[in-house]
Formats: sequence, C-alpha cells, structure tokens
Amino acid sequence: MKTKKSQSRIPPALWLLISFLVAMGLWYLLSIIPVTSRAFPNAVVTIQGLAKMVERGVFWQDLSSSLISVFSGYALGFVIALPVAILMAWYLPVRNIIQPWIQFIRNIPPLAYVPLIVICAGVGRRPQIIVITIACFLIMCVTIYQGVINVDETLIKAARVLGADDKVIFVRVIAPATLPFIMTAVRLGASVALTTLIAAESVGAVAGLGMRIRSLNNSFDSAPMLAYVIIIGIVGMLLETIIQFLERKLTGWQEKREI
Amino acid sequence: MAGEARDLKVQIKNVRMVFDTRNGEMVALNGVDLDIYENEFICVVGPSGCGKSTLLNIIAGLTQPTSGTVLCNGKEVTGTGTDRGVVFQQYALFPWLTVKKNVKFALEMRGIKGKEADEEAMKYLEKVDLVKFADHYPKELSGGMKQRVAIARAYAANPEVLLMDEPFGALDAQTRTQLQTELLDTWEKDRKTCFFITHDVDEAIILAQKVIIMSARPGRIKEMVDIDIPYPRTQETKMSPRFLELKNHIWSQVYQEYLEVRK
Ligand SMILES: Nc1ncnc2c1ncn2[C@@H]1O[C@H](COP(=O)(O)OP(=O)(O)OP(=O)(O)O)[C@@H](O)[C@H]1O
Ligand SMILES: [Mg+2]
Repeated sequence: MKTKKSQSRIPPALWLLISFLVAMGLWYLLSIIPVTSRAFPNAVVTIQGLAKMVERGVFWQDLSSSLISVFSGYALGFVIALPVAILMAWYLPVRNIIQPWIQFIRNIPPLAYVPLIVICAGVGRRPQIIVITIACFLIMCVTIYQGVINVDETLIKAARVLGADDKVIFVRVIAPATLPFIMTAVRLGASVALTTLIAAESVGAVAGLGMRIRSLNNSFDSAPMLAYVIIIGIVGMLLETIIQFLERKLTGWQEKREI
Repeated sequence: MAGEARDLKVQIKNVRMVFDTRNGEMVALNGVDLDIYENEFICVVGPSGCGKSTLLNIIAGLTQPTSGTVLCNGKEVTGTGTDRGVVFQQYALFPWLTVKKNVKFALEMRGIKGKEADEEAMKYLEKVDLVKFADHYPKELSGGMKQRVAIARAYAANPEVLLMDEPFGALDAQTRTQLQTELLDTWEKDRKTCFFITHDVDEAIILAQKVIIMSARPGRIKEMVDIDIPYPRTQETKMSPRFLELKNHIWSQVYQEYLEVRK
C-alpha cells in the first residue's frame, strides 16, 4: 500500500537481503576508515570477539541474566499496570491522585534513580527488576488507561440495550475494545524494558549485557563490545516481531487507521 | 384510557430534560407528551439539536429525564430493557466480532446458546440477505451492510419496540432507499412498534403512520401528522399527489423551526 507499483515488483525478502548487504557494506567501510575503525572492527573480528566471550563462559550468563531481568520486570510491570489503568479510568479519585505522579516519574530518566533503588534493594538482580518494572509500568499504565477511557460509548450503549449487565459489558465489550491499546502497551513496554536494562545494570550488576559492555569499555575491547550491542538489537527485534505477530492475530479485526 | 391500555405500548408523560453545561442550564426537552400504540410506526422529524436523540435515549432508558415519566407496557422505565431495542446511526457493531457473532451476542443475552444460537443467527442474517457475509468482520462491509447487520442484531434481541436514531442517515441516497424498502417490507409483515428518527421528510412519510414534528429548542411536540397513505407502499408512492401534499406541509413546518434555530 505504501510502496508504489514500480517498487513492489521486488519481493520483500529480496529487499531484506539488499538492505542487509548495504548495511554490511557500510559496516565494512566503518572498519577501514581510520577514525571509526577502532570502534567498529569488521564482522569477522567481531564474531571472533563474541566467540571469545562464549569460551570464557560469560556470554550465556550475561544473556540469560539480562533476559531474566527484562522479562521479570516487563511481566511485573504489565501485571500491575493493567488493574491500575482500569481503576484510573473508572474511579476519578484514583485517577486524580495517581496520574500526576505517573507523568512526573515518567519524565525522569531511570538512569537517574537507579542508585536510589540499589541503596534500598541491594546489588544483584533485585534492583534491576525493580527499575524495569517501574519503567514498564509507567508506559503501559498510561497507554492502557488511554485505551479504557477511549472505548466507544455507543458500543457500551449497544450492549446495554441488548440486555448486557456490567460484568458482561466489562468482559465482552470493554476488554476486547481495549485490546489494541493493550497490545500497543505490550510493544512499547518491550522496547522500554530493553532501554531501561542498560540503566538498570549500571550499578552493582554482576552479569548482564549492559554490565559487560561497560566493563569491556574499561579495557577498550571493542570487538566483543560491538557484538554485545548487536545482540541487544537482535533481542529487541525478535521481541518486536513476536509482538507484532500476536497483534495481527489478536486485533486483525481493527479498522485500519490512516497514517 | 383504561380501555386503550391494552394497545398502548409506550407513554411519555410530561418529560423534561435539562442538561448542565458550562454555559449554565440547557433545556433540551420541555413538556413532551406522546403515546405510542402497539404495531405503530412513528417517525420523528425536527431541526438539528431539538432533542430527538435525547428523547430516544430516554425511551431506551439510557438517559434519565430531569422530570416526567416514561411507561413501557404500563411499567415505569428506569433503565434499559430488552423490551426496547435500539438501532444507532453509527451502526455500533462490535468490530471484534464477525457478523454472525454480532447477531449471536443479542441471542446470548436472551439465554439462547450454542448450536441453537448459531442457527437462529443465520435465520436473522437470511432476513437481511447477509448469509454470505456471516464470517466477515464489520470492517469488511459497506455502510449499508453494516446497518443491515445492526438491524438483524436488534431484531435478534426480539424487542417489543424498535427505537431507531437516524439509522440511514450516514448512507448514500440509493442504499438509503433500498434499506427503506426492506424495512417497510419487514414492518408490513410483523408490524413491530417502531419509533424512527430522521432528518429526511420523504423517508418519514414513506415509512410512518404518524409523523411527529418537533419544535426547535427547547424541544416539544409541535404537530402530529397522520399519514393516510395505505400500505403496501413502494418508492413510487413518493410520486403520488397525497404524498407530495403531506411532504409540502411537513417540510414547511420543519423549515419554520429551522429558521427559528437560525435566529
Ligand atoms: N450529554 C449532554 N450534555 C449536554 N448537552 C447535551 C447532551 N446531550 C445532548 N445535549 C444537547 O441537547 C440538545 C439536543 O440534543 P439531541 O442530540 O437530542 O438533538 P437531536 O435532535 O438528536 O439533533 P440531531 O438531529 O443533530 O441529531 C442539543 O443542543 C445538545 O447539544
Ligand atoms: Mg440526534
């Protein structure tokens, strides 16, 4: 739809390949230009750097540590955001008390308050999960809240005149009508979780992708560092792809919005 | 009154509706009295903002009047009830349900479940000629088809009174006449009590036994015109002398109210 006729003759898979090759070419250029070559070793060296980390036995530990933190924080954030968003949408006092603070905290970069949480929760995984939970909760709560208050009033009226009571309206009208917003929240939350991970691992972490990048930085070991950066990108893209797949499955009934 | 009580479906008694707005109180309806008899087809016309939708919402039980009462089958209306069905201008189909499941929703609210509901739903879809689209989502339908589904869903709830708020208002002229004809056919068969709001004087006359003209704000009933054109009516009826005579009269009355609004 967005692509014009003349461009659409090339299949998407081929576009992907072309895009990949262009990026590899650029990467190669970066690896030979003197200014950038120290930060961007070529692909072979980068993969060797990663292999070294695997041999040292830290890579899988870092990956699993980060993924556990991301998923726990993300899941917790969602589980808290859903009921809070609904309460905010339904009860004016709850909204009036909570909303300004959600807006307030949302504007503070997590990196700034990580040390405070480490002081309370100690070092290790616990503060990481707490930071990711907070960040995910904030973004998901705001998004789901928007969804609940934007449920089309006529749909509720239509259900009511057909004889639906409050419980039926909640389960069979408000919940499905909010689902697109919940899916958007799930997507936004995933990217926030990853972004926050690096901040969360900035203080007192013993393993993790973000923590390792920082420690490799101290020894100017750029090959494994670059490999780790790329791994974070791949994790983010995989998450995004899975969520988009779910979104299509669950909310395919939606009227396509323009833009 | 007592003798007629059997035939009286809805009684609107001295209904007044005042909205609190930022600019103070706004009287939307003032002293509306109306009796709707069983099997009657009533159309309501009037300038925009005169309170037609407000009146319909009050009858439906979606809005509580500031004062006055509405009785349905002699019982006071305090909320929505399955004895009154509504068709909205904006279709109000559940976009996450297929056409068939939208109709089934109404059946399930009546306690009809499972296979029986499936079969019943198909029967209602047959009536609006949409069997082929049973498994489509609303977004895949045209406006006219969506409104047919909404009508099928309203019928599936089996209400005694059908309240329709400009149901064909968003449709093009051709689709609109088509749906008018279908609605007429249905009504001539089952004579379900209908309260139908429209902006279109032609539409009001072709459908109704009585046309209610509402006055500009605050809304009240200005005149009730009996449409003495016998059924069955077709689109050709719109060319008959009597039709044109009635149209002339109603139109000039509505126009007067329209001028009133502009003042
Ligand atoms: N919830 C509300 N709060 C405040 N004012 C309202 C509310 N609902 C309706 N009104 C006002 O009451 C008046 C009547 O509205 P209503 O929707 O019943 O008019 P209508 O005759 O259906 O108009 P239209 O033909 O444009 O649909 C309007 O002036 C409207 O602004
Ligand atoms: Mg209206």
